[in-house]
Amino acid sequence: MSVLTSLAQVQAAAAGVAQPVATVRHCHLAAAPLVMVPLKMAGEAAAPLAVMLGSDRAAPELLAVPQPRNRDLRFAFAAEFAKLVLEHVAANVGAAESLGEGKDGEERVRYTEAPQILLPNRGGVGFLRLLGRSTRFRRTEGPYAVEPAVPALGRWLTWYADRHDRPGSSLLLTMTETLRLHWATGQSSLEDGNLAALVGWIDPPDGLDGPAAARRAEDPVASPPAGPATDPTFDNEVLAPAIAAYDGAGRDPRAEERVRDALRGQLAPTWDLMWRSVDLLRTLPEGGSVARRWERDRDGFTWFHRSFAESLPQPRRDIAVRAARRLHDLERAQDAYEAQRAFDDPLVMIEHRLNGLAFGGVVVGGDPARLDESGKRPKLRPHLLVATGDPVRLDPGATVVNAARPGLKGRVLEVGADGVLVELTGGMGRGLVPAAGSVPQVGERVVFTSLTEGSFGPARFPEAEDTPWTHGGPPAEYVPTDEDAQEDWS
Amino acid sequence: MTDTAPALDRLRGDAPPRNHDARTIAALTANPGCARRGLMDAAGVDKDAVARHLGFPAPFGQSQFAITRGNGFEQQVKENGCAELLTLLRERAGLDVAEVAYDDLEVVAGGEGRELRHARTRALLGRALDGDAGTLFDHPLLKLDIAGQPAYLEPDVIAFQLAGRFHVVEIKSFAVIDGQAEPEQVAAAARQAAVYVLALRRLVAELGHDPARVSHEVFLVCPENFSNRPTATALDVRPQLATVERQLARLTRVDRLVEALPDGLTFALGEELPETVRAVEARYAPECMASCEMAIFCRDEARACGATGVLGRSVRDDLGGVDSVAAALELADGTREAPPELAELAGQLRTAARLRAEALQLAAAGGVA
Ligand code: SF4
Repeated sequence: MSVLTSLAQVQAAAAGVAQPVATVRHCHLAAAPLVMVPLKMAGEAAAPLAVMLGSDRAAPELLAVPQPRNRDLRFAFAAEFAKLVLEHVAANVGAAESLGEGKDGEERVRYTEAPQILLPNRGGVGFLRLLGRSTRFRRTEGPYAVEPAVPALGRWLTWYADRHDRPGSSLLLTMTETLRLHWATGQSSLEDGNLAALVGWIDPPDGLDGPAAARRAEDPVASPPAGPATDPTFDNEVLAPAIAAYDGAGRDPRAEERVRDALRGQLAPTWDLMWRSVDLLRTLPEGGSVARRWERDRDGFTWFHRSFAESLPQPRRDIAVRAARRLHDLERAQDAYEAQRAFDDPLVMIEHRLNGLAFGGVVVGGDPARLDESGKRPKLRPHLLVATGDPVRLDPGATVVNAARPGLKGRVLEVGADGVLVELTGGMGRGLVPAAGSVPQVGERVVFTSLTEGSFGPARFPEAEDTPWTHGGPPAEYVPTDEDAQEDWS
Repeated sequence: MTDTAPALDRLRGDAPPRNHDARTIAALTANPGCARRGLMDAAGVDKDAVARHLGFPAPFGQSQFAITRGNGFEQQVKENGCAELLTLLRERAGLDVAEVAYDDLEVVAGGEGRELRHARTRALLGRALDGDAGTLFDHPLLKLDIAGQPAYLEPDVIAFQLAGRFHVVEIKSFAVIDGQAEPEQVAAAARQAAVYVLALRRLVAELGHDPARVSHEVFLVCPENFSNRPTATALDVRPQLATVERQLARLTRVDRLVEALPDGLTFALGEELPETVRAVEARYAPECMASCEMAIFCRDEARACGATGVLGRSVRDDLGGVDSVAAALELADGTREAPPELAELAGQLRTAARLRAEALQLAAAGGVA
C-alpha cells in the first residue's frame, strides 16, 4: 500500500463510487472461463455442500450434497464435480503450436488455449486446495475404491491452487483480488472481501451509490455470502431443516430437491455477480504483457497435462529443495509481474514516479542528434532535457529506460531545477543518425524509469516442474501410501 | 476497585452483568484505546443487546453445524476422564506419569457459584503445586483482573506435571492438515491461551509459587486431517503473552473513565441509548468487525464523520495524522494549509493527486506514455 492507493480510497469514499487504480486489464480473461462458486459445510475442513459452475452464464450446473456428513454422497459429489472439471480441461486441449525441438530431440509444443477457472474469493482457493488434498491420494481399486475421476480431480485442483500462488498467473483468478487490482473503493479490504459489496462500489445499481449498494450487500438475506462459508442463519433456519427432512424421508428425491433449491438460492446471486465482474473487467483493454504471461500459463498447462499420466499425485508437503526453488521462482515472478504492470499501465507507473524511481514530463530541450566523439569512434549519444514536477530520486549515472518503449535506454546526467538531463545510449538504430521517431522531440511527453528490462526477469524462466536434471534434477517424487489412499474423510 | 462498582452497576441498568471471557479479553487487547468498549465491558453491559437495540446487530451468528461439530469433538476428547486427551499428551508431550488424577471442577457440590468454583480451583492447584502427582483439571475457573474488575475465565483443561509444570490445553475443532492449520484460527487460539496462561500465572504467584511453573507452551488439540482423530500441537505463546500483558497494563483504568462521565449516564436499553453510547469515545478500525459486537454501529458512526480509520490500517498509516477523508482531499488539492508536521505528507498527497489526474486524463484520451 502507498499514499497513492490510500488517496484513491479516500477519493472513492468522497465520491461514493470506486476509483480506478489501473487503466488496462492486468490479467488474461479466457473466452469461456469455468466460473465456480463453491460452498462448504460450516465447522468442517473440507466437506463440500454445493458448487455452482459452468462456462455459460445462462446455464449454470448445480451440484449439491443433500447430506454432507455422508461419506458416500460426498464421494459421489466429488465424482460429478470431477467430470465437469475434467471436461473443461479437455475442452482446452487440442490445437498446439510447435516450439521446435528440445535438447533431447523431442518436439516441444504449447497448447494454444488453457482452461481458466474463476472463483469469487481466496477462501474458495483454500477450499479447492483442501478438496484437492482430500481426493488426490484416493485409489481406484481395492478397499475404499473411488471413481477414477476423483483422484484426477484432486491433482488438478491441487495444481490450480498452486498456480494461484504464482504472481501474474491467470489460470485461477479470484474475483475480489482481481477487481481490487483495478479499482479502489471507499471501504476497507475487509469489506472488499465481500464480492457483492465490492461490485456495488464499482458499479452501483441504478439509484444507489457505492456505500448504499455495499450496505445492501451486507444483508445476507438480500445478498447471500459468496462462499465457501455459508450464512449461519441460513444454515440454522433453512438448510438444517431441509437436510433433516431428507434424512427423515428416506432420501426421497423431493426432499433432495428441497435441499438443492435452498442451495441454489444461496448460489445464484453470486453466480450473477461473477459474470457481472467479468463484464466489468472486459471493459478494460488488455495490458501489453498479459499475453506473454498467459503464454507461461499455457506452458505450465501443457506440461502438466502431457505428463499427467506418468506422474504421481503431488506430495503432502513439499520437500526442501522444491520448496526453496518454488520460493525463489515466486519472488522472481513477483518482481517481473510488478515491473510489467508498471510498463503496461501509466496509472501503475506513477507509483514509481511518486517514489522517485521514475519521472515524467515534457521534453524542453537537449541535443537530439548529439554525437560523442571523445573515443576512437563517434557514438550516437543524444541529450534530452525533461522538465518534471516529480520528486526525482535518481543519482547521476542511473540507467533509465523509456516507459512507453523500454528499448530506448539512457542514463541520468544531471537532476537540476529546470529538469532532468538524460543521455540516450541505445534503442535508436545502428547508425550515427537516430532512426526516425526513436528520439522523443521537444514538446513530447515522456516517462523514464530505472525499472529496466533486467527487472523484467528473463523472458522465460523455467517452471519449477521442468527444471532439468542438470540444474539439480527433478525433485524426488512423493509416493502415496495405502494410508493416504484410505484416509478418513469424515 | 469496589468504589466504582455502584457506578458500573448503574451504567448497566437493570440487566445482569455479562462477563469477560478469554475471547473478549483477547479482543480487548486488539483495540485497547477504545474507551467505549473498555467501559461497556467493565460494566458487563450486554453489547450484543445494545447493538441490536441501536439497530446495528452484530453479525456474529454461529451455524449449528459448526456448534455441533465443536461440541462433539470436545466431548469425544474429554470422554472417560479425558482418556483420549491423556493418550495424546503421553504420546506427543512425553507425559511420563502412569497415574493421572482427573478433577472435573464444573459442578461443585450444592452450588455453581463462580466464587466457589474459583476457590476450589485455587485449592486444588495449591495442592498440586506442593505435590508431584500428574493432574488434569477439567473446567477450572480462573480469575483475572481487567482494568480493576475481576473476570472469570474457563480454560478447556489444565494439565499438570510435565517436568513439574502446568500446561494449558485448548481444544479446538478446526482441522490440522498435514501439520498446518488456518493461521488466523491458530492465532486466535494462541491469544486466548495466552490469557489463560497469564491468569494461571497470577494465581500461582498468589499461592506463593514461582509463576514460571506455568509453561508458556500450551497444547492445541485439534482434529487431524479430515478425520475426527485428535492431534496435539505444542504452541509457544510467549509473543501473545507479551502483547496481552502490555495491553492490559495500558488499558485505561475504568475508574478514570467513569469519573469523566456525565452523571446519570446509563446503557440501559431505552430512548437515550444512542446518545449515551455516542457520549463515550470510540476508536473504530476494521479489526473491530471480528472482535466487538458494537462494530456495525461504530463503523456507521465513523463513516458518517468521514474518518479515514474505516478505510483500514494501511490507509491510516499512510495518512498518519490526517484523520478525515475531507482533510486528506483538501491537503491533496492544496485547498488546506498543512501544519508543519504534515508538510511532507501534504507534499506527497499533492504529487500523488497530480499524477493520478494526469494518468487518468491520458487514459481517457486513449494515449499511453
Ligand atoms: S466496535 Fe466500537 S466499541 Fe467496539 S472496540 Fe471498536 S470502536 Fe470500540
